Amino acid sequence: MMSVSHRLHTTALTGEQNRAAYGKCNNEHGHGHNYFVEVLVGGAVDGETGMVVDLVALDEAVRSQVLERFDHANLNLDPLFADRVPTTENLCRTIFTLVKDALPAGELEQVRVEETENNSFECRAGG
Amino acid sequence: MIFLTRRATFSASHYYWNEAWTPEKNQQVFGRCANRNGHGHNYTLEVTVAGEPDPVTGFVVDLKWLKDVMEREVLAAYDHKHLNLDAPEFAHANPTTENIVIAAWKRLEPAVTAAGGARLSRIRVYETPEIFAEYRGEA
Repeated sequence: MMSVSHRLHTTALTGEQNRAAYGKCNNEHGHGHNYFVEVLVGGAVDGETGMVVDLVALDEAVRSQVLERFDHANLNLDPLFADRVPTTENLCRTIFTLVKDALPAGELEQVRVEETENNSFECRAGG
Repeated sequence: MIFLTRRATFSASHYYWNEAWTPEKNQQVFGRCANRNGHGHNYTLEVTVAGEPDPVTGFVVDLKWLKDVMEREVLAAYDHKHLNLDAPEFAHANPTTENIVIAAWKRLEPAVTAAGGARLSRIRVYETPEIFAEYRGEA
């Protein structure tokens, strides 16, 4: 889980168009969410350990690459969102790339990001 | 491709009954669900659409729009209703969770498709926290 602020706003649109597109999410000073991040790793079960991936190593990869970067931070100020709106669609895809590059074993199959209990997003391998 | 899921809840009553069967067989097959006075559930509807984030807005679809579509197409018909008596699709078909999820797909798919930009990917209907049916459209 990570607690993050963001503002949905793009310079490609006028102020009025931003308010129409993003509604409350366009609030000038931003707002925040408790995001839940789920990482799904696929792979063969190792014959010696009985594991697909060492969960401690997976936790560390997610912590160092994702939580340390985003928890208690403002997404709009992160260089990864310098030219992209920090919607949860884009956040989900960004997290997928960050975790994929740091995965200790196995293949990253899916990242799911829950923005609220009513909204969630999935990004899968190959797309 | 991003898969976006929106969740909503509705509360409805229903019962299971097959007119072609004897009351005894209905009781035997459907058990307590055959009580003709009905019973109720708090259902959870999860609607997943798939698409690419718009290059300008970063949205696959506007979540507020999806919420409104779900309320208009499904919740308006099912929430605080008796599914057997109030929803025409269940006048002659049992409102099982399986049939509800297919009916919800038929209610939602035209609106999602007409809007463009995303396709309906998956619907789940939870009858209780322990039971849900999932439908991905006809293969």
